[in-house]
Amino acid sequence: MKQGFSWRVLVFITPALLVYAVFSALPLLDTLRLGLYSTDENGLRSFSGLANYATILHDPQWSASFWNAMLNNLKFFGIHMLVQNPIGLLLAALLSLRKVRFATFYRTVFFLPTLLSVVIVGFVWQLILSPLWGVSERLLGWVGLESWFAPWLGLESSALTTLSLMSVWQFVGMPMMLIYAAMIAIPEDVIEAAVVEGASPWRIFYEIRLPLILPTLGLVTILTFVANFNAFDLIYTVKGGLAGPNYSTDILGTLFYRTFFGYQSQVASPTMGAAVATLMFLVILLGVGFYFLLVQRRLQRFAL
Amino acid sequence: MRTPFHLTATALALVCSGFAHAGNLTIESWRVDDKPLWEDVLLPAFYKANPGITVKFLPTSPPEYDSALNTRLTAGTAGDLITCRPFDVSLDLAKKGYLEKLNGTPGLKNFPESAQVAWQSDDGKNTHCMPMASVIHGFFYNKKIFADLGLAVPVTEADFFAVLDKIKATGKTTPLALGTADQWETNQIVFTGIGPNHWKGEEGRKGLISGKQKFTDPAFVSTWETMAKWAPYLSKGYQAQTYGDSQNLFGSGRAAIYPTGSWDISYFEQNSKVDFGAFKPPVQKAGDACYISDHTDIGMGINSKSKNKADAQTFLNWLASKEFADLYTNKATGFFSLSSHAIEVKNPVAKEMIGWRSQCKSTIRLNAQIMNRGTPSMENELWNVSSQVMNLKMAPKDAAQQIQAGFAKWYAPAK
Repeated sequence: MKQGFSWRVLVFITPALLVYAVFSALPLLDTLRLGLYSTDENGLRSFSGLANYATILHDPQWSASFWNAMLNNLKFFGIHMLVQNPIGLLLAALLSLRKVRFATFYRTVFFLPTLLSVVIVGFVWQLILSPLWGVSERLLGWVGLESWFAPWLGLESSALTTLSLMSVWQFVGMPMMLIYAAMIAIPEDVIEAAVVEGASPWRIFYEIRLPLILPTLGLVTILTFVANFNAFDLIYTVKGGLAGPNYSTDILGTLFYRTFFGYQSQVASPTMGAAVATLMFLVILLGVGFYFLLVQRRLQRFAL
Repeated sequence: MRTPFHLTATALALVCSGFAHAGNLTIESWRVDDKPLWEDVLLPAFYKANPGITVKFLPTSPPEYDSALNTRLTAGTAGDLITCRPFDVSLDLAKKGYLEKLNGTPGLKNFPESAQVAWQSDDGKNTHCMPMASVIHGFFYNKKIFADLGLAVPVTEADFFAVLDKIKATGKTTPLALGTADQWETNQIVFTGIGPNHWKGEEGRKGLISGKQKFTDPAFVSTWETMAKWAPYLSKGYQAQTYGDSQNLFGSGRAAIYPTGSWDISYFEQNSKVDFGAFKPPVQKAGDACYISDHTDIGMGINSKSKNKADAQTFLNWLASKEFADLYTNKATGFFSLSSHAIEVKNPVAKEMIGWRSQCKSTIRLNAQIMNRGTPSMENELWNVSSQVMNLKMAPKDAAQQIQAGFAKWYAPAK
């Protein structure tokens, strides 16, 4: 039976819609608008069309920093996808096995870093990895790998990877919880039927659990994507606004911050910053659009 | 019941008139460390001379200061008094009309022309901030380590490296406490600290501004070459060593020499027991004239939207007084008043450093004036390339090339 439009729904939606419009949608639209203006040295704003975007994409200096930030951001995302989400999946799979002792305890432990402030995480890891007072070198020494130690956070070759892994360490609890919730929602009788049929635990995981949680894995992917392309705080805390060494840890968030708010003697340019923010928004929009159009439509929730 | 009404009205009138006379001022600043100094020493002294005005010191941490201040000024919520960075950052605020013009303020007469430049328009006609203090760059050394090894304070670069070699040979202490993780030290302490001896201070700085000299000239390239030679004397893993790490290293007596500026004197006085002295940046050859980076660092201006400009003026004029100069120089150890008053500096290290003014020619940080104005921001670029040079990832001449190219991109005389 098809129901008509219920006006009562409107009553429930309106407050949230208002809050969302005023604090999210309007500022976003205003940012999009601001990106079309430019500021002269006396602070006067004038409409300049797509000039800011032309500068970011065509000026050698700007485009070099923009594409460098974009590439670093992709690496940052890549490492999360390759490390954080598989580990999250593994932990969730292990926790949802029956007969795991202290499952709740482990769950809490793995989730705990997510609740910490990024500033604390950055600070603690900086101390751990410090070549002067850190414990990493000694810990490596105990297993005879002392020569492997390097000032990872200070080297162009390893700084971004190190920061990504710090972020993975902090946020691995998120995918774990989401996947875990999906896994325990799988009805017991399906698993039991498989056990009775003589399926191995591995096969149960691969052929029953995994297909059933695919929509959740898709969700985790898109959440990771959005979070990574909005990331800023950890890099800023550990490496400052210049995202050194030699911009090797510069991601879109830090580039945006430097442009919009200025950094040290770099004078702030809100209009140019808004253009960078708009580009970030477009990247995220494209990613999410791609996911919804091409990926999610093919994932089917199994009716159980 | 008339009496209560009268009472209330009188009380109200009193309160209102109280508000009208007693001004409340707020100070915006990046000097978070100075909060106790303002509250316990400077402001009480001000109140004594100017009863009826109350002042609140509300600092924001240095990296966030500029952006936070900009936001507050745009939104109209910034404090009445604005602590001014030197040159372009403040000039930018003045151009946008956020800072009141101070032309003709009596206190300005107490400062030499050179001290005012940092807060004036390019033509020198308009002044937007009252000068407060400068910092001087140099090196601190651990007196005990020097005495134990029988080392003398180095005068030339050859002496400097000889001293470093001797310290390194002992294998016990780090010769130089410096890291490149935060990047700013490699420019603000090292490049613009030791460089003036290479580019002859103001001569090189003005040469760059007029376009007569280029960063690719030997005077500038050789500065980066000298910096690259420092690398073997830094601690292992200096690429990930932060400024705080370096402070700890020197403060705990584990490093012999600490390249720095005078602002760190008070830090070590409060946080370490190391007995230290200071020496000025070594000259290239014996007998060369010496140059120091005597950087005009802090000024104070009035928010043009302040509702209490009269009191703010009173406050600025007090900042120009001898009383303030004396208090600030001797209590904010390492910040030297820019006024022409004769002040006796009590701290021995600070006294040593301010003494260099009479032995050497002063200059300001190389890129502070005009050169930071364009895009790419030269300050940020210098942080980056100087760190790369010290990390041995970039050749000195490539560093020079990159800075010159970035400069020429927007500055006509540099083309």
